[in-house]
Amino acid sequence: MAHRWTNTLTHKDVTPQAHFMNRRQLMAGAASGVALAGIGAGAQAEEALEPNPWEDITQYNNFYEFGTGKSDPATYAGALTTDPWTVAIDGLVEKPGDYSFKDIMAEMTVEERIYRFRCVEAWSMVIPWNGFELADLLALAGVMPEGKYVRFETLYRPEEMIGQKYRTIDWPYIEGLRMDEALHPLTIMATGIYGKTIPNQNGAPLRLVVPWKYGFKSIKSIVRITVTEDQPVNTWQALQASEYGFYANVNPTVDHPRWSQATERKVGGGLFSKRVPTLMFNGYEEEVASLYEGMDLTVNY
Amino acid sequence: MTVVDRINAFARRVPTWVLYILYLLPVPWLLYLAQTGGLGREPIKALEHELGEIALQLLIIGLTITPLRRYLGINLLKFRRMFGLLAFIYVSLHLLVWLVLDVGILSQIWADILKRPYITIGMAGFVLLIPLALTSNNWSVRKLGAGWRKLHRLSYVAVLLGGVHYMMLTKTWALEPVIYMAVILGLLALRLPKLRSKQAA
Repeated sequence: MAHRWTNTLTHKDVTPQAHFMNRRQLMAGAASGVALAGIGAGAQAEEALEPNPWEDITQYNNFYEFGTGKSDPATYAGALTTDPWTVAIDGLVEKPGDYSFKDIMAEMTVEERIYRFRCVEAWSMVIPWNGFELADLLALAGVMPEGKYVRFETLYRPEEMIGQKYRTIDWPYIEGLRMDEALHPLTIMATGIYGKTIPNQNGAPLRLVVPWKYGFKSIKSIVRITVTEDQPVNTWQALQASEYGFYANVNPTVDHPRWSQATERKVGGGLFSKRVPTLMFNGYEEEVASLYEGMDLTVNY
Repeated sequence: MTVVDRINAFARRVPTWVLYILYLLPVPWLLYLAQTGGLGREPIKALEHELGEIALQLLIIGLTITPLRRYLGINLLKFRRMFGLLAFIYVSLHLLVWLVLDVGILSQIWADILKRPYITIGMAGFVLLIPLALTSNNWSVRKLGAGWRKLHRLSYVAVLLGGVHYMMLTKTWALEPVIYMAVILGLLALRLPKLRSKQAA
């Protein structure tokens, strides 16, 4: 895996929220200076990524395991026990087995990643995740050469996840990635937000984050990771294949059958918040477009 | 005095304007909540959905007036126009929030109305309500005579479209829209000629 991204940041580099907010103000000042000088619009857009406040990120969630309302997860996820936690890593790996969350964390380097987050429902946020690259976790178990896909499974525990008492979807929740997507340096397992432990409603203790895909790909509270030869069938695809595909890449030119994906609204802007154009691959086109070269994205949606 | 008599006597005493005010109170209340975080982190969708749900409830209440009188003898006929007009007001506000606050981009509004079945259906329901609201005055009732009753049967279609519109917008099978739809179908079934003649006989 010679092409892999190597972490240069360590846990010490994670910015506490207070410092982060200060830095943001400085950057805003710097960015306007740059704008006056008329330099680099692209770089400026990157700098301008302004994370949503903690309240947006932790009180407006889709996590059907705790109910279908946006505030249900914040209300009911407290019941979830996340310690102890084990992740079964199996399938086409050298070292299959149950990996405890503690053991995993002892091996991983946590860093901060500020990513755009775009829901298939056409709302978005910017989230300062803390986590590690999925590739590092997969390397821990050793992916066999025949492994082409990675399948993820969320915890099924209806006594703690009250939404699972109703068959709104087929539990447990399943997601999947192609191996090159899984090993991409942008793909992380998040264990924190704003430098704090990730709240239950956001998928504690560890969840996937694939920033160029619609949010439903970023599966939460993972208990099983399976390396497979065949493409997994993800939950939403199984439920409604005409509306949700395997790839689910953010793409403003391919609409959801029932609504446009050309624009999105940033959560937290209040009653008069305007829609903004959605970016191809959610703004990560430069990093990931090559993964899909030659593919018809209107078919592989 | 039976319960029904008591209800009827009470209904006779309640002026319509009181109910108009009561039923319009949610509008400023929802706007206040939307501004103060009471509707959650994303108030636009929440406001849009609240207004739409109230509109559907009012349309359903409108459908209950006739069966209540026919089967239970409860006479709320004097409120029927009010419920219809209130429903029209709430549907209009629901539409307005969608047009101005939610989408706000003219090209996308047109594309949505034409391309998205649930929006097309919702829009059709609204359009059907326009002639009903316009002919809800006494003058129109007199002028149109028997045609007025026929015209206002469009409300059956409109409420049905509203129920379908609601069912189509959820991502999974949700309980609430199914309940609304079942109530609508039940109330419409009571109007089928067969059922009516059986009751009469």
